[in-house]
Amino acid sequence: MRVLARYPILLAGALITGALILTAVLSLVWTPLPPAQINILQRLKPPLEQGLLGTDQFGRDMASMLMAGAWNSLSTAFLAVAAGACIGSVLGLLAAAGRDLLQTVLMRICDVIFAVPPILSAMALGAFLGAGRITAIIAIGTFMIPVFARLTLAGALQIWTRPYVLAAIGMGRSAVRITLVHVLPNIGNQIIVQVTIQLGLAILTEAGLSFLGLGLAPPAPTWGRMLADAQTFIGQAPWLAVLPGAAILMAVMGFSLLGDGLRELLDPRAR
Amino acid sequence: MASLIARRLVSLVVTLLVTSLLIFLVMDLLPGDPAAVMLGTSASPDTLAALQRELGLDQPLPLRYLGWISGVLQGDLGTSYTYGVPVAGLIVERLAVTLPLAAMAILISLMIAVPMGVEAARRQKGLVDLTVGLFSYIGIAVPAFWLGLLLILLFATNLGWMPAGGFPGWEAGALLALQALLLPAVALALPQAAVLTRVTRAAVLETLSEDFVRTARAKGLGEGGAVWRHALPASLVPIIAVFGLQATFLVAGAVLVENVFNLPGLGRLAYQALSQRDVIVMQDVVLFFAALVIVMNFLVELAYILVDPRLRAERS
Repeated sequence: MRVLARYPILLAGALITGALILTAVLSLVWTPLPPAQINILQRLKPPLEQGLLGTDQFGRDMASMLMAGAWNSLSTAFLAVAAGACIGSVLGLLAAAGRDLLQTVLMRICDVIFAVPPILSAMALGAFLGAGRITAIIAIGTFMIPVFARLTLAGALQIWTRPYVLAAIGMGRSAVRITLVHVLPNIGNQIIVQVTIQLGLAILTEAGLSFLGLGLAPPAPTWGRMLADAQTFIGQAPWLAVLPGAAILMAVMGFSLLGDGLRELLDPRAR
Repeated sequence: MASLIARRLVSLVVTLLVTSLLIFLVMDLLPGDPAAVMLGTSASPDTLAALQRELGLDQPLPLRYLGWISGVLQGDLGTSYTYGVPVAGLIVERLAVTLPLAAMAILISLMIAVPMGVEAARRQKGLVDLTVGLFSYIGIAVPAFWLGLLLILLFATNLGWMPAGGFPGWEAGALLALQALLLPAVALALPQAAVLTRVTRAAVLETLSEDFVRTARAKGLGEGGAVWRHALPASLVPIIAVFGLQATFLVAGAVLVENVFNLPGLGRLAYQALSQRDVIVMQDVVLFFAALVIVMNFLVELAYILVDPRLRAERS
């Protein structure tokens, strides 16, 4: 606790993301009303008049939909970042242990992947695979690969020049063993920080994909699609447009604060 | 320096070719036959076979790639299946919206970010700095398309000062066209400005402690003069570098914001191609955007070789 008080950014990030994750998990067992329950008589009611946060154009409870949306958004973002971080880090570690040629080829491929925004790759994928969680995860995860490959390669190359690694090479240790025993533990912190920051960006991208209709299929509520639906009713029911966006903003800000806070905590040079 | 630029040019061409190959392979390897995707499930086998022939799908893979890429190099991007017109023309037409939109967004973000970053750096840890820090946290997290919705809510629905969307076309007069682009450009610019503010602040902070800034102050130059005339120009390299990195996000943002404001730009074209399953337009637009990002990164690299004499000396 005392550690948290010394790092206000970390504290703020931990509080926001903690509340978000709790809400998401809670939505699996309890929401005020079933998020898909339609009640046409109570449609477009403002916050507090009907339910805590009002109702949408079908009379569905906004608070319940936002809670379920938190789970959908977080789980998609988490799976995408996990996939991208694993593949990217392994590629980066391999390239660092390998030859110059491998590094050059890998970095060129990373440049190319990084040039295609996930929104576009999701659109291209969506045309063939159809919209859905898998399309979103593949598109976001692919974009994460170069991010983690570059980070890991840069970090790992530094470690490979350290005296203790040179000693290990001299003792005839294999590249795999050196990577696992010396390199990975030393860059683990950087990867954790980056995972946290990228989680926020993945939530942002997922919201954009759902907004375009490339996310989870209805009736599963997503923050992005709630915003897309809100466009039609923006004059009558402004809360429909304000609330889901505020949820996205808080979620992304929470993870970016947490990431910066963790960096401060884990990297003594950043203090 | 000429040989340095030549080397970068060769690597640019190689990257572009690899990109085109990757996009082609991915679109080709994806399950589903483009002809079947375009025609839908109810197509008769005869129409399907005819379209497959028309698209050249009956030819082997390397030939198809060569056919596509040699067409692209000659400015022939194929014919859109839904619009029935050459894709190249469609892209050029849509660029007349997307390019000014992106340019306005970049301009607005610079106008916000540079003064904010510089002032925050001058008063490090002061009230201004804290406010700017908070702004950048919010700005980075705010979805550009949501910001667009809020701007519509405020300036179009409630105040009625601005159109809620749509584009009158440049024929309607530059003023009307620019007005239609203003809100979308602001929505696109704010998240960019947040990132740029951080970078500007960090870069100016670093140069403020350098000898030449101290000399400028010792010469009797006012505090403002020392910062704006000496520290800021020396901080330009990281600021320019961010534009290269942000190009991808600018493209993604444009796709979303164009859809919020109903602007007939390239992003909207990609979205329409998706919903109409126009694979040829899709493939060309993805290649175009990717090439745009790569070329922008190349130009950024050129720019900082030109801006920073130290890099010029080191690299050549």
